[in-house]
Amino acid sequence: MNKREIVKKAFIKSLPVMAAYEVLGAGFGILMSRNGYHPVWSFLSSLFIFAGSMQFVLADLLVSAAPVLTTAVMTVMINARHLFYGISMVNRYRDKGRYRPYLIFALTDETYSLLCDETDYPEEYKGLYCFLVSLFNQFYWVSGTVIGAAAGTLLSFDSSGIEFSMTALFVTVFTEQWLTSAGHRPALAGLLATALCLAVFGRSSFLIPAMILITILLSVPYVKRKRNGGGV
Amino acid sequence: MTSLNTAVLIAVAAAVTVLLRFLPFMIFSGNRKVPDYVVYLGDVLPYAIMGMLIIYCLKDVTFTAAAGWLPALICVAVTAGLHVLKRNTLLSILGGTLLYMVLVQMVF
Repeated sequence: MNKREIVKKAFIKSLPVMAAYEVLGAGFGILMSRNGYHPVWSFLSSLFIFAGSMQFVLADLLVSAAPVLTTAVMTVMINARHLFYGISMVNRYRDKGRYRPYLIFALTDETYSLLCDETDYPEEYKGLYCFLVSLFNQFYWVSGTVIGAAAGTLLSFDSSGIEFSMTALFVTVFTEQWLTSAGHRPALAGLLATALCLAVFGRSSFLIPAMILITILLSVPYVKRKRNGGGV
Repeated sequence: MTSLNTAVLIAVAAAVTVLLRFLPFMIFSGNRKVPDYVVYLGDVLPYAIMGMLIIYCLKDVTFTAAAGWLPALICVAVTAGLHVLKRNTLLSILGGTLLYMVLVQMVF
């Protein structure tokens, strides 16, 4: 395969993500503009954060003028899954030379889903291939954001209710996980622990207690299994 | 909110996200084994966090009038239902969001 074919292969691979990122990115851009933020802020967010779920939550945190600590802890909890993507990509991204820093930076859920299958990589130029798939994906995300932000600023349409796109995103991911996972305890623990903390601590300070409670609840079965001498 | 505050929060979110993405590659760069507990959390945490985020999105729901909770309830059900039927992420998100916009703008 020559470099031209690598570009083509990477582009074709990235196509399923194109539609999703253009639309979701536009949703984020519209939301930010609706909240009164200049498109530059949306652009910078998508360029430097490049984490969809977190950016939707950030739009909310910005409007409510959240403290830095809350923002940091929220980012840790929402993006903690990236730790696990990273762990599973340590070997695959080992010999990627100058592409490696960007590959690690741009490892989103969708990029991970496209690149976690190493058997699909080309014979040569593996680094270039992974780099291009990641780059195309970020291009879709950033361009979608800018289009949405510009549309939200220039066009005057009644966009009330657009904020539900964030809820719909999470409900969709939750449903997909529910359908594909064997056990539902972690999902239920997340829902119920958070609902309980919302009721107890109120809506301005329930998140951190909820995260702590979730971690404890999830650790109980692990500790039990360890104590019984079983594997995990 | 001032521009400085906006810039700070975006920078914090970006810095923390970058740190999370680079951390595994810094820690497990050699042949260091990933602890069982970390692997376990990696398996179960994503499910729980998604549940947490749904509740987070619904935190402003109120129960004093039907308009405070009924549109959200209907649209969560429709989004999930659409996804069970069609398994198309984009369709589920667009369907749920458009219905919600119609409900809050024209019905409630």
